[in-house]
Amino acid sequence: MTEANDFEPVIVAFCCRYCAYNAADLAGSLRLAYPPNVRIVQTQCSGSVDPRMILKAFESGADGVIVAGCMPGDCHFMEGNFRAAARVAHTKTMLEEIGLGADRVEMVYMSAAMGRTFADTVTNFTEQIRELGPSPAGRGPKPGEPAQQ
Amino acid sequence: MIVAERKPFDDILRMLGDARRVMVLGCRTCVAVCLAGGDREVELLASELRLKARIDGRELTVIEKSVERQCDREFLDPLAEDLADVDAVLSLGCGCGVQLIAEVYDDLLVLPGLDTKLIGVTESEGQWSERCATCGHCVLDITGGVCPFARCSKGLLNGPCGGSQDGQCEINPDIPCAWQLIYDRLRKLGRLDQLSKIIEPRDWRTSRDGGPRTVTRPEAQIAKKSEE
Repeated sequence: MTEANDFEPVIVAFCCRYCAYNAADLAGSLRLAYPPNVRIVQTQCSGSVDPRMILKAFESGADGVIVAGCMPGDCHFMEGNFRAAARVAHTKTMLEEIGLGADRVEMVYMSAAMGRTFADTVTNFTEQIRELGPSPAGRGPKPGEPAQQ
Repeated sequence: MIVAERKPFDDILRMLGDARRVMVLGCRTCVAVCLAGGDREVELLASELRLKARIDGRELTVIEKSVERQCDREFLDPLAEDLADVDAVLSLGCGCGVQLIAEVYDDLLVLPGLDTKLIGVTESEGQWSERCATCGHCVLDITGGVCPFARCSKGLLNGPCGGSQDGQCEINPDIPCAWQLIYDRLRKLGRLDQLSKIIEPRDWRTSRDGGPRTVTRPEAQIAKKSEE
């Protein structure tokens, strides 16, 4: 096994409670395997995910972040997923300018019935991050620096 | 409100140089509303700076702070303790905020994190446009509430210039012709006769041409009088 294959990325998935969170649940009920690298954070809506939360995830040691919202047109709050997409796009520019790379964050869409899509999405994203390697920002705060909440 | 925009990240890094302890100081008034320098933007920039420092292997401590208004001393004075051991303050206030911090803390390196752009209004979410040029002598009563200095590209007081097309400015077709707006508005108000009057040349000393300006209200200077 190569060194690259030994790397187990830490993925944070911000999942809307009306779709992706249930899709993750369904993936489990269907006994679909997906990488244990994913830490799921339930949100009221993908539109409530602020770029601050994404950057904090990276500060706390994430190697990649997924924001998962409802299918376009299906947002419980009408346009939360579109707002999320715009914010993820903005976050990509920030990640690019600090040298983390825009590919470490992605916006994805799915419905609560798409358990297999959830499993496939996080599997593919985990591989994408595995390819990119560990976050250059490292796992956590440097000694002497307070941990960010 | 005063509308500002954050400086490019590379410019901010260059200004900060090798500072190891930095306060990112937000302002909760105008620049918070235009999403440039409020609490949220302070958090974002602080996160970016910390991540960048980690990537570069540099030691950097970022203190996050915001005040109600950076343009009032009373909100800056309580920062003394927090500022005691910082190498620099990165102000996310407008140019006024940056300068007042530098006046209050005259031995401190104060850096501008924003470019102050204009005095304007919110057109729609995420879009602001200029309305006031702070000329110091308002003429909105005779121009139907549309400012020819701030909104006419040529600043014409007896317009229009004749170059506008389809109601748009010839300098920038994305903005409406101010004099078209003035005409439309005065017609709606039934005050088109205003346009037949020639507006005399302005005394521009009330604007920037007279140098830095001050406003004094003696009746509000109670504290100053009691000191005397």
